Amino acid sequence: MIVGHRKTSGGPRSAAGPRAVLAYLIRRLFAAAVMLVVIILVVFCIFFLVPRWAGVDPATMFVGKQADPGAIEAVRQKLGLGEPIFVQVWEFFKGLFVGRTYAAGGDVTNCAAPCFGYSFRNEQAIWPVLTDRFPVTLALALGAAVLWLLFGVAAGVLSALKRGTLWDRSAMVVALAGVSLPIYFTGLLSLAIFSYGLGWLDAQYVPLEESFGGWFGGMILPWVTLAFLYAAMYARITRATMLEVMGEDYIRTARAKGLREPVVIGKHAMRSAMTPVLTMLGMDLGALIGGAILTETTFSLPGLGQAVLKAISDKDLPVILGVTLITSLAVIIANLVVDILYAVIDPRVRLA
Amino acid sequence: MTDLSKSSGAAMTEPVVSDSPAPTAFLEVRDLKVHFPTDDGLVKSVDGLSFTLEKGKTLGIVGESGSGKSVTSLGIMGLHTAGQYGKRKARISGEIWLDGTELLSADPDHVRKLRGREMAMIFQDPLSALHPYYTIGQQIVEAYRIHHDVDKKTAKRRAVEMLDRVGIPQPDKRVDNYPHEFSGGMRQRAMIAMSLVNNPELLIADEPTTALDVTVQAQILDLIRDLQKEFGSAVIIITHDLGVVAELSDDILVMYGGRCIERGPAEKVFYEPRHPYTWGLLGSMPRLDRDQQERLIPVKGSPPSLINIPSGCAFNPRCPYADVPKDNVTRTVRPELSEVGSQHWAACHMTQEERERIWTEEIAPKL
Repeated sequence: MIVGHRKTSGGPRSAAGPRAVLAYLIRRLFAAAVMLVVIILVVFCIFFLVPRWAGVDPATMFVGKQADPGAIEAVRQKLGLGEPIFVQVWEFFKGLFVGRTYAAGGDVTNCAAPCFGYSFRNEQAIWPVLTDRFPVTLALALGAAVLWLLFGVAAGVLSALKRGTLWDRSAMVVALAGVSLPIYFTGLLSLAIFSYGLGWLDAQYVPLEESFGGWFGGMILPWVTLAFLYAAMYARITRATMLEVMGEDYIRTARAKGLREPVVIGKHAMRSAMTPVLTMLGMDLGALIGGAILTETTFSLPGLGQAVLKAISDKDLPVILGVTLITSLAVIIANLVVDILYAVIDPRVRLA
Repeated sequence: MTDLSKSSGAAMTEPVVSDSPAPTAFLEVRDLKVHFPTDDGLVKSVDGLSFTLEKGKTLGIVGESGSGKSVTSLGIMGLHTAGQYGKRKARISGEIWLDGTELLSADPDHVRKLRGREMAMIFQDPLSALHPYYTIGQQIVEAYRIHHDVDKKTAKRRAVEMLDRVGIPQPDKRVDNYPHEFSGGMRQRAMIAMSLVNNPELLIADEPTTALDVTVQAQILDLIRDLQKEFGSAVIIITHDLGVVAELSDDILVMYGGRCIERGPAEKVFYEPRHPYTWGLLGSMPRLDRDQQERLIPVKGSPPSLINIPSGCAFNPRCPYADVPKDNVTRTVRPELSEVGSQHWAACHMTQEERERIWTEEIAPKL
């Protein structure tokens, strides 16, 4: 009993009680916050300390390729690279929440909160760059997730129930194809067929603000292509879990009560089978929001993935840093949501 | 109970699938066979089992693991056919008459409606048999509302009432607990409450105490006995523990290799058993009233493979009296049940006189 220290005169309390749930939420939030701080510190180390240990001056990396010594010195002063490390960490950390000012003599650069870094080469703060591109990636990831959950889970459940039949075998062959074919193959193939061949869908990305129809039409192929890969994985995991759950004793109990088979499957089996699916969803969504590089590149979507690809080829360190931070944030948030959903699904988790 | 001649004289009120008449017994199982096709061959888990059971009576089915006890009970509940997906369905034949209805030939949806209402089951391990994600209350309410058109409040009151009846303290609070918040004994009580919520006429308890602490086993058995008296249901208790059936049963059916090898009133099977396997079971049962220096006598060997059951007596390879000369029988013929006393049957090739002699001279003194 979670509140075992209470006097037993109060009687046994349910772990599902509001207090337990609240305590669980607070624990998860606290854990997420700690994780966030740790990640910020690690990112700082990667971008500011590791280069120094490797014998590279971080300032040169932040300026860009061909920079004159004066510009490098200015950036060094602005980033405070001469300061003690803990001061640098503090400034970096503070910038994320209250913004920061880069100053070198009379040359002052402002970076408003949240300051995810500043590109001295392009004279712009990173955060607006990220917020421009973030919605594209988010829409891609969420839209695809809806598709792959619907089709992947449905295919997995059906396969499990019709185990060993022609349907099961064909579904699993398609799933195997989905898992093994790379995005740039299925993506290009779908473009060649539906866009260039049949001309049904436009291959051009249209921003949502311009036209909803154009945006939606342009997103269909990316969604379907990305969802195909993930639906395949989800179908396989759902099938495996369903097969396991259908053999559980409590499924037999549900039948012994006289429940109709659709209720046995839909209510009793599915609820248990969704736990691993949820775990995967949290990780996949988090990773995708950090940039679906292949999909975005194949379909020329101006999302985070493209930004990071360009930044890497340009050696544009501030952008890479910004994307790294926002990806970590996305993974943490996705995992937090999954943790909370876990507790909703499985009462035993609330005690953990 | 098991008076077969009585049923043959019963009036034929219902059209029957087979040529034999509908039985008068509350539950009658006739020549039940449950076979499972596997890669290695056909597993004959139950291979021709017959028995009858009246309301208010308790039948104990005893046997080793794999003797077909649980398969029989799931067969009666219709749980081999419900939820069989893909290939490899169980092959079931024979007749199961419950209160005048033949279950094997009945519409599956009709049998589903009988499940939980007319016949209910208690499973071996209450932790795995209860859904971990729903509260005890939710699960009992669900069981009640399938068969009763009542709102959730009424059903929950009923659930609390049932929990109270099976001896769970503070049932109004406990009803909102999850199974993992209950102790093993409490869980089995909750399971019993759930299975009795619809006042079933037939209750099947499949090893109800095996997964429990010894200290609570007796409590659960007492509870089952009290509830049976109260509700007047017919009870089948399945166990490998002779102590359990001795405690509860009116009749005992001993299974071996998917068949009944001895059946009769409890005191007969205990005090005048007429099958070497039953002797073996009695000899391997620890008893406090015996000299502790004497070792238990296990039944040698292991249960037969149900795929290739040898022709002849299935117990022959393990039988200590396999070499006793038997007149007028071929070894390859399977022994059928024959009456060895009033309401008492056993399936053995040895003559009845021979078995009586062995029991009184060799077996009984050592027990």
